[in-house]
Amino acid sequence: MLEIKNLQARVDEKEILRGINLTVNAGEVHAIMGPNGSGKSTLAGVLAGRSAYDVTGGSVTFNGQDLLELAPEERAREGIFLAFQYPVEIPGVNNMYFLRAAVNAIRKHRGEPDMTAGEFTKMAREKVKLLQLDPSLLNRAVNEGFSGGEKKRNEIFQMAMLDPKLAILDETDSGLDIDALQIVSHGVNALRSPDRAVIVVTHYQRLLNYIVPDFVHVLANGRIVKSGGKELALELEEKGYGWIEKELAATA
Amino acid sequence: MVDVSTTWRSQFEAQACANAPEWLTSLRAKAFARFTELGFPTRRDEEWRFTPVSPITETIFTASTQTVSAEEVALAPFAEIGGTRLVFVNGKYAESLSEVRALPKGAIVTSIAQGFREHAETLEAHFGKYVQGENHAFVALNTAFAQDGALIIIPRNAIVEDPLHLLYLTVAGDTPTVSHPRTLIIAGENAQVTIAEVYSGIGEGTTFTNAVTEIVLAPNAVVDHYKVQAESESAYHVGVQQVQLDRSGNFTSHNIAIGGAIVRNEANAVLAAEGGECTLNGLYIAGTGQLIDNHTAIDHAMPHCNSHELYKGIIKGKGRGVFNGKIFVRKDAQKTDAKQTNQTLLLSKEAQINTKPQLEIFADDVKCTHGATVGQLSEESLFYLQSRGIGLEEATSLLTYAFASEVIGRVKIEALRDQIHSALFLQLPAAIRPEA
Ligand SMILES: Nc1ncnc2c1ncn2[C@@H]1O[C@H](COP(=O)(O)OP(=O)(O)OP(=O)(O)O)[C@@H](O)[C@H]1O
Ligand SMILES: [Mg+2]
Repeated sequence: MLEIKNLQARVDEKEILRGINLTVNAGEVHAIMGPNGSGKSTLAGVLAGRSAYDVTGGSVTFNGQDLLELAPEERAREGIFLAFQYPVEIPGVNNMYFLRAAVNAIRKHRGEPDMTAGEFTKMAREKVKLLQLDPSLLNRAVNEGFSGGEKKRNEIFQMAMLDPKLAILDETDSGLDIDALQIVSHGVNALRSPDRAVIVVTHYQRLLNYIVPDFVHVLANGRIVKSGGKELALELEEKGYGWIEKELAATA
Repeated sequence: MVDVSTTWRSQFEAQACANAPEWLTSLRAKAFARFTELGFPTRRDEEWRFTPVSPITETIFTASTQTVSAEEVALAPFAEIGGTRLVFVNGKYAESLSEVRALPKGAIVTSIAQGFREHAETLEAHFGKYVQGENHAFVALNTAFAQDGALIIIPRNAIVEDPLHLLYLTVAGDTPTVSHPRTLIIAGENAQVTIAEVYSGIGEGTTFTNAVTEIVLAPNAVVDHYKVQAESESAYHVGVQQVQLDRSGNFTSHNIAIGGAIVRNEANAVLAAEGGECTLNGLYIAGTGQLIDNHTAIDHAMPHCNSHELYKGIIKGKGRGVFNGKIFVRKDAQKTDAKQTNQTLLLSKEAQINTKPQLEIFADDVKCTHGATVGQLSEESLFYLQSRGIGLEEATSLLTYAFASEVIGRVKIEALRDQIHSALFLQLPAAIRPEA
C-alpha cells in the first residue's frame, strides 16, 4: 500500500529525514517510536503533504501512485488521514459544517453522491457515541476551546467519519488518561481491516497494548535504525533508546 | 478643461428651493459657501492621505430623475429585508415603492422632504446640528444639496419591534449621476429602534452618492443601526454618519461595505453624557478596482462611558483598504472604557491596507486599548482543512468566512445576515455556500 524509499526531507535548510525506508501493506499496523526531535512528525507531515517540508530525495508511492506529486487534499481523498499531534483550532468554522464539507469532498472523489444532511447527522451520531464525545462539541468551532483529550478524540472521530485507507496517528495517545486511551484505541481498532493500514507514532508502549502493532520501528536522527515485532516496544519501554544508540555505535 | 466647481455652483443656483423654510435656505447657502472655501480634499490633507478622491472631484455629475419599477428594485442587492421600507431612487423618495407598516403611536417614518414641510420645528432643532460640516467639504456639499432622505422620529418610551429599512438605490444613467441623501434619526428617551440604511445599486455606470446621516439618542435610548454599502463596482460613495448620545444611551453600528469603486465611510459618535455605550462593528471587503476607507471617531466627552470597536477588512486581488480609528478621551471623561480592534486579512500579495489607530487621551483614570493586526490566512489552518480532503480554494473561502463571521454574527436582522453571508461568498474566490 505504502512504499517509502530513501526519503529525505528538510525544513529551512535543516536536514531532518535522512533516508527513510518503510513498506506498509494493507491490513498492517506499524508503530513508529523514537526520541524527541527524531523526525516522527516530519515523516507524518511529509506523507500528508505539509508544505513546510522540502522533500529533497527519495520517493513515496501509495497504492501505485506517486504520493509526493499530490496536493494534501488529493492525498486525503485517496485515503490518507493524519491525526495531528497538535490539532489546529479554527475559530469561526463550525465542526459539523467542516466535516460535512470534508466527507462530501472525499465522496465526490470516489464518485459517490453527496451525503444529505440527514444521513450525515445519523453517521455523526453513531461515531460520536463510539468515541464518547460530548455531542455539543460538534456544533462548536473546530477544536476551539477543546481540552487536550477532546482534541485527540475529535481527531479519531474525524478519522471514523472519513473512512481512510491509511491512518497516521501522531502521538494521539499523548496526554490521554487511561479511559480516554481505551476509547481512542477502540475507535482505531474499529477501523482495522484487511484493506486498511495504520501507522501509530507514539512514545509509549502503553498504547500498543490496545492497538497491537505488527511492526515496531525506531526512528532516530532521521533514519529508521531498528525494526522488530511488538516485543521491541516492550524492550524500548524498559531500556529507553540509549542501548540502540550504543548498539549502532558498536556496529559502525 | 471643464471647470467642475462652476458646475457645482450652477447646479446649486438652479436647485429648486420652493417652500423651503428660511432657516434651511440659509443653512444651505452657508454650507455651499463653506464648500467653496474648503474645496475638495486632496492627498495632502492628512485625513485623505490614502484615499485619492480626484476621480470624484474631476467628474461632472448631475442629478438624475430616473425612475425604476418595483420589479427592478426587487433585483437590487439587499432590496428586501421585510417590514417597513422607504425607497429612495437616486436620493429621491419613491412613495409608490415604499411601505410603512404599523408603528407605535407618535412615531414618524417619512421622507425628510416631507419632514421639512410637516415637522419643521423638530428639523430646525436637529438638522445639521451634529454633523461637522465646517471642515468637511463633502458634508458641506451634502448640506447644500440635501433635498431628500429619511426622517425617523421615535417618541419617548416607544419600541419599534421590526427593523426600519431605508433603501437608497443608486441607479446608473448614461452620464454620471449624483445624489446627496440625508438621514435624520431621533430616538426619544427610552425609545428603541433598529434601522437598516442600505445603499444598493442598479446598473453599471459612474455614480456618486454623497450621504450624511445624523442620529440622536435621548437618555436611555437604544439604537441598533446597520449601514450596508453594496452599490455597483463603478460607484463612488462618501458617507458620513454622526451620532450623538445622551445619558445612558446605547448605540450599536454595523457597517458592512462590499460594493463601490471608491468608498469612504465615516462613523463618528459623541458620548456626550455619562453612562453612554457605543459599539462600532465593521466589515469591509475590497477587491481589484476597489478602495474602501473607513474612518471612525469616538469622542468620550463625559465619564463612565464605554465604547467597543471591531472592524475587520478582507482585501483581495489588487484591492485597497484604509482604516483610521480615532478615540478621544476628554479631560472630564474619567472611567472611560474604550476598546478598538482592527483586523485585516490580505488574500493576495498585491492587496493593500493602511491602518492607523489614533488615541488621544486627556483623562487619567481610563482604560483604553487598541490593536491592529494584518495577516494572511494561517498556513496551519489551511493545511488542516486540506488534510481532510477540502480543496485549497474551498478552504480559503471557509477561513475567510470564519474571519468575517465574528462581525456577521453580530448582525441581528436575520434576513440581512443571510444576505451578507451570500454576498460574501459571491465575493470570494470559490463560491461555496454553506447553508446558513
Ligand atoms: N517547522 C519547523 N521549523 C524548524 N524546525 C523544525 C520544524 N518542524 C520540525 N523541526 C525540527 O525538526 C526536528 C524533527 O522534528 P519532529 O517534529 O519531526 O520530531 P518528532 O520526532 O515528532 O518529535 P516529538 O517526539 O517531540 O514530537 C526537530 O529538531 C524540530 O525542531
Ligand atoms: Mg512529533
